[in-house]
Amino acid sequence: MELANNRSPRMPYVFMAIGVAFLLFGSYKGLFVAPAEEYMGQVQRIMYVHVPCAWNGLLALTFAFVAAVVFLINGNFKWDARLEAAIEVGVLLAFLLCVQGSIWAKPTWGVWWDWDPRLTTTSVLLFAFLGILALRKFVDDPVKRAIWSSVATIIAYVDVPIVYYSVRWWNSLHQLQSNPNTVSPVFWAPMRLNAFGVLFLMTGFIMLRARIASLRLQYELTEPPVLSGEEAGELA
Amino acid sequence: MLGAALRKELLLQWRTRGQLMAVFVFGATSLLLFSFAIGPNSEELRKFSAGFLWLGLLLSSTLTLSESFHEEMENRALEGLLLLPSDPRALYYGKAIANWLQLTLLGIGLVPVMVVLYDAGTTDVLRVLLVVVLGSAGLSAPGTLYAAMTAQVKAKQTLLPLLLFPLIVPALLASVKATSLAILGDPMGQSWSWVGLLSAFDLIYWSLCGLLYARVVEE
Amino acid sequence: MQEVSVEVERVARRYGRRWALAEVTFSVRAGEVMMVAGRNGAGKSTLFRVLATAIRPDRGRATIGGFDVVKEREDVRKLSAILAHQNYLYESLTARENLEVVADHLGRRRRNVLETLEQVALGSRANDAVSTFSAGMRKRLSFARILLQEPRLVLLDEPYGALDPPGFALVDDVIRDLKSRGVTILMATHQWERGAKLADTALVLEAGRTIWQGPAAEALEHEPKGETAAGSVL
Repeated sequence: MELANNRSPRMPYVFMAIGVAFLLFGSYKGLFVAPAEEYMGQVQRIMYVHVPCAWNGLLALTFAFVAAVVFLINGNFKWDARLEAAIEVGVLLAFLLCVQGSIWAKPTWGVWWDWDPRLTTTSVLLFAFLGILALRKFVDDPVKRAIWSSVATIIAYVDVPIVYYSVRWWNSLHQLQSNPNTVSPVFWAPMRLNAFGVLFLMTGFIMLRARIASLRLQYELTEPPVLSGEEAGELA
Repeated sequence: MLGAALRKELLLQWRTRGQLMAVFVFGATSLLLFSFAIGPNSEELRKFSAGFLWLGLLLSSTLTLSESFHEEMENRALEGLLLLPSDPRALYYGKAIANWLQLTLLGIGLVPVMVVLYDAGTTDVLRVLLVVVLGSAGLSAPGTLYAAMTAQVKAKQTLLPLLLFPLIVPALLASVKATSLAILGDPMGQSWSWVGLLSAFDLIYWSLCGLLYARVVEE
Repeated sequence: MQEVSVEVERVARRYGRRWALAEVTFSVRAGEVMMVAGRNGAGKSTLFRVLATAIRPDRGRATIGGFDVVKEREDVRKLSAILAHQNYLYESLTARENLEVVADHLGRRRRNVLETLEQVALGSRANDAVSTFSAGMRKRLSFARILLQEPRLVLLDEPYGALDPPGFALVDDVIRDLKSRGVTILMATHQWERGAKLADTALVLEAGRTIWQGPAAEALEHEPKGETAAGSVL
């Protein structure tokens, strides 16, 4: 079975280069051109990476969900490779989100974690998908590994809206919405540029990572040995 | 066939009922340890009593859930049933219901421990009972599925809580909130929304996990 | 009563990087008793597990009574029963309870349970927990489990294992009884001579391949010599 060919791929690197270009441009605009926000000052600028990471993190995990469903339906291991890649990238972005959230919360609220519903949901997601990565590590049989992590991904993803609403209710009695105002268009441009930047970069990462996973699966799912006519005769 | 599966599960649980007692002691000990984390301040303890109860039950559940598959895997008995043939969904619901019953019993047993240790009495006993029943259901559905999965794997002790804990956050939040309101008072009548959330969680996961179980236990 | 034949075509199955079955092709006529022989590691147990639909073949196809083992799994399961290496028993339940669980799941009444226990000489131990049983008793209980299912195809993986001479005679009786009722039997065993006496045909496996199929009487001539086979490794 061939899941990945032997040529080194070019597309992922192209994507990543485009992504970096967007990020450079968007960050320039966000850091130097856009004005500081009225009430929060310079700290608000972290939104220029935070919001793009949030959109793309959710996108990565949604893609993981789709890959899981498709794999359970058609059994094609290409989708298991994509699942693995999407979960890893999604976990990375979720981790970054939590770190960025802390960086923003400390100077603003004086605490490292402010229990904002979206960020808290992200942290739950981070742990949920880290658990799925751990599951993949502990299962040796590639078929079982693929099926079980697909099942676990579907279960975890369905939980996302439920976790969000429950945390929001839970927190609403104590605190108002704590994210800064991002409505004004002057803030939009750098954020959109960075969003595309992260999107291209992430897609490149997922493509490369999926290829690595495919190569490993190819090694694990070997063809049965074909005996020559002579060897077959010898056994009989 | 669900009846057959359920009967077998209850028989197995009855045979190994000594273990349930041991898990109860474990749960009660956890509640005791939690109080050491706060200190001998009755008022403070009372505020957090619902949280401790549910954490204690959650930790206990990892023991009972993984134990529920021990004999299934020892001699591959579960495979033996599947090959009869049996409907995997019936097997799932039989096991999940039995685990639900076990967790409910544990929860009911831990409530008086909570009342005594944290001075957390309540006249709204029925509501607490309802929350224990619904919360246990929320732990049992995904817990049974994940226990089936991890029973077949080497690092089963660690993987089950690792997978289960993040998932049941909504059920935990809702159960703690609803129980807490019953103990500390609920002037604005909020507990019914939490019960609603818990019920929705239960409904979704009892259906979803039943559908996916076959893929987890069959080849 | 339905007579069930077995067709196996180029079946292959891997475990990790090792092919436990590399290419297996053979057929069994309805009502026939086939002895499956081969050294340890030749693939006998894997083959039986594929036929019992406990695992799927990675390549090839197999049909039992005309039903495909992958696509029509449930139909195959209704017709067949396997005596596997793992005995499928619940340790904390009694012999009788174990069989009652089987009867319940089959939707049958529990009438025949005690009778079946008598048939395998476990009647006196009906109410003892399986955890107190010796290996031989567990084997006999597993036999009882199969008989309760009233199968048309029986897969016996090492039926004589862990038994004493009275046990051997019991197994022979059960096999002859099943045979007289037209049940198709596949039997994997190291007991070549014993097996050859009961069987009609024989199949010899080596390193996951069929290397000979023919009348049971000639099987002894094709016994592979030497140590355990390791299966095909890539």
